[in-house]
Amino acid sequence: MNAGAARGDAKRQLSGGAIIAAMKASGIEYVLAVPDIVTSSGLLAPIAQDKELRLIRVCKEDECIGIASGLSYCDKRALILIQNTGFLDSLNAIRGIAVEYKQPICMMVGLLQHDPEVEPRASVRYGVHIIEPILDDMGIAHHVINADADVAKIQPAIEQAYRDSHPVAFLIAREPQAP
Amino acid sequence: MMKRDECFRVLARHIKDEAVVATYSSAVDWVGINPRVLNYTSIGAMGLDSSHGLGLALGRPDRRVVVLQGDGSLLMNLGCLVTIAAVAPKNLVHFVAHNETYEANGGHPIPYPKVDFAGMARSAGYAAAYDFADLDAFTQEVAHVLEQDGPVFATLRVEPSKPLKYDYPSLYDPAKRKAFKAAWQA
Repeated sequence: MNAGAARGDAKRQLSGGAIIAAMKASGIEYVLAVPDIVTSSGLLAPIAQDKELRLIRVCKEDECIGIASGLSYCDKRALILIQNTGFLDSLNAIRGIAVEYKQPICMMVGLLQHDPEVEPRASVRYGVHIIEPILDDMGIAHHVINADADVAKIQPAIEQAYRDSHPVAFLIAREPQAP
Repeated sequence: MMKRDECFRVLARHIKDEAVVATYSSAVDWVGINPRVLNYTSIGAMGLDSSHGLGLALGRPDRRVVVLQGDGSLLMNLGCLVTIAAVAPKNLVHFVAHNETYEANGGHPIPYPKVDFAGMARSAGYAAAYDFADLDAFTQEVAHVLEQDGPVFATLRVEPSKPLKYDYPSLYDPAKRKAFKAAWQA
């Protein structure tokens, strides 16, 4: 394999184990989740087996916003693992609790049926290409996680969210590989 | 049928250092009866009071959390019954004031006024579920409701109130949120 091909492969790899390690390094104790097919095998399944993280399975995504807020009053850190459809369904809770109350709500959002070779804003999927503009309009910090190199964005963004008490969203643009 | 404020006056006699999560009409009544730093009235989205309460209960398993939810709020987040039952926080007591109306939004009826919330909570897997329509019975049992291992659910069948004054800036005051956090972590 030549160096160019290797670099190309690296751009197309996203390790679920690295993402989970970044969550732990950020002080995350709780993962609040509704299953999402993008992150199902690479994140949710290994998190369910992980003794260092407590997985709370909820019925509907907006519950996560309330639970994470309650935990934040106890100085407990949570990461919300949902799909873009659930993010859209939870917008009023995110508006009220995360944005207007300035709560450190950290969301990891799988982009359903997204082609990882294109930017989410350029997605042909309506439910995907509206996500970043919505986050921009709401003033929510966000980061696209599409390759291993992007995983380094996670810890500083979570640290900043809790330090400054504001929400942050990570958009999982490629299916993470199971550890 | 009971009155919500009468129930809350009875409840207030038993509240010590619990966090009390209350919203909308329940919050107005509760804060008027029992103003205290450990009242958590900042919710931000109707229906999520019970989810905030679950987060508080998870984060401080050594302390007890009381949720005062309205029937309209619970209907907007019915899945919380299953989530709470699955997590099974022993320190969570979940009251629902069942007045059969969206009182804070004009007094319109909820879709099915006779819905059995306690039955739903029991079926979801709460450790215990009660249904109170008589103030004397509530007065006699409230201490047991508050003290037993949770999650505990209790419906309070109450009349709609007279029109209330909703002082949302006060209920959602950031300074109160900050004070709550300091007291809850103490």
